[in-house]
Amino acid sequence: MRVRALALGRTRPLLCALALAVLAGPLAATASAQPPSGIVRPDTEPRHASVELGSELFAGNCSSCHGIAGVGIKNARPGAGGVMGQGPSLKNVGAQAPDFYLRTGLMPLDNPHAEPRNNRVLLSDKEIRSLVMYVASLGRGPGIPNPRPQAGNISEGMQLFTQSCAGCHQEDARGGYVTGARVPPLQGYSAREIAEAVRIGPYLMPKFPPSQISDAQLNSIVKYVLSQDHPYNKGGWGIGNIGPIPEGLVIWLIAIPVLLITCLILGRRLRRE
Amino acid sequence: MNESRRSEYAVVVLFGCAVLSAVGFIFVYAWFSPRHMPNSLLGICFGLTLLFIASAIALIGLRLVPNEEREDEYPQEHPEQQQAVVEQLHAAGELITRKRMLLGAGTAAGCALGAAALAPVLSLGPFWNTTALDKTPWRRGKRLVDQNGTPIRADDVIEETFYTAFPEGADMEEIGAPVVLLHLDPAKLHLQYGRKRWAPRGIIAYSKICTHAGCAVALFRKPTFTPVQPAEALVCPCHYSTFDPYTGATVLFGPAGRPLPQLPLMIDRSGNLRAAGNFTGRVGPAWWNVLEKPI
Repeated sequence: MRVRALALGRTRPLLCALALAVLAGPLAATASAQPPSGIVRPDTEPRHASVELGSELFAGNCSSCHGIAGVGIKNARPGAGGVMGQGPSLKNVGAQAPDFYLRTGLMPLDNPHAEPRNNRVLLSDKEIRSLVMYVASLGRGPGIPNPRPQAGNISEGMQLFTQSCAGCHQEDARGGYVTGARVPPLQGYSAREIAEAVRIGPYLMPKFPPSQISDAQLNSIVKYVLSQDHPYNKGGWGIGNIGPIPEGLVIWLIAIPVLLITCLILGRRLRRE
Repeated sequence: MNESRRSEYAVVVLFGCAVLSAVGFIFVYAWFSPRHMPNSLLGICFGLTLLFIASAIALIGLRLVPNEEREDEYPQEHPEQQQAVVEQLHAAGELITRKRMLLGAGTAAGCALGAAALAPVLSLGPFWNTTALDKTPWRRGKRLVDQNGTPIRADDVIEETFYTAFPEGADMEEIGAPVVLLHLDPAKLHLQYGRKRWAPRGIIAYSKICTHAGCAVALFRKPTFTPVQPAEALVCPCHYSTFDPYTGATVLFGPAGRPLPQLPLMIDRSGNLRAAGNFTGRVGPAWWNVLEKPI
């Protein structure tokens, strides 16, 4: 009984905070997009990246959810900052996964139930390299891939992208939705990050091992995705390249009224003469 | 032959051309199969129909309908002038000497255009004998191959990703051909009674064609950390019908009305995946009676 009362007491302020966050709307959203406690750093950081620095940063910023030494936490338990920590083990993820998640700002996450988003990266390059070294040292796993998009073929890349990626990310890599989550647009990522995502399958994305997409094919896919950063719009205005609905809106709401007004002006002039 | 008579014939010829190109449109639509439809030819035929009708109408307006404007005083005081106007009006009507011929040609062109617009009705059906829709290329013992025709080995099918497979030697574009192949945790599978052995080692196959509108079910939602993230699901990108792969692709969300048909699988002695039978139900979009008539 007492335990339950305690638990209720703890959840009520949380609920109130949640309600407040909803009411505050966009302001609160931008604020809560960052980890509530910020990044915890050791008092004196060494000059170079090292496993030791990585270990200290991990203990302060990641272990609430990923557990001590990255063993993972299966059942939620309270960690730093009052967050109910829960997260997967990082034992054999190698250097690839931490490099991807940290450089894209998907991690650290302020709450394990939240959908990872591309938040502002609060860690310095040195700190990221230290964390990657530390996580890679926890077990054996894949290293950071080194794609060479210049060796790829853009038309093969488009074909492969259509087969394996466009179902969620759309033909032009503008992103979309899957039931229960958002699918990110792929603009602004580096070749390395794109290759890492294909191999890891972050969040709800399936992973594509070399048996399914070879390294040569991956080069082509990366080349195609990079080409979609600034697509060549044959028709002129791309309208965000997000498909037929905005195109239709532009036709009905802008182009047709402009034509009608032109007709009216022409008609009035003719009548005057 | 005077000029107005010539214009009349020109109008009739134009309407005739419109009829011919509309009939051409219907012929092209009926002749070619949907997969080899020459879209540009269809467009040209339909465009020509509209163009001919438009020119015929323009010609009538320019040559046969008088468009003279007269501004006169109120003519009551000048009976002679009134008479002149009346005569002019009669003379104008005389420009059209073959009213019925023109009307007939115009009606024919209009009907042909309407028929061309209705031509896609030919794609509906089959109406009476629907057994062709039940046929799929899958048989017991058919090997599963990838899009290059290479047989798929059970050992190569790993978890946390998805594959598209086809029956060996069959037309890949047939609606009953493609299946989505997953490797799931066998301990989490909850298949219906009678399907227990259809997913050897947790390798499971469903029709890739959505049961709502026939799109390819191209999305596989795969959580990285199951306790806090949405569970595995097959999702159709067209209208977000969401299917649970653990329970026989039952519908979790969206407009689909029935599960994706499951393809029973087995592993042969050399480790290749083979079909152990045909689908559990009709492949593709729903229509009337679809639930009552399983394969």
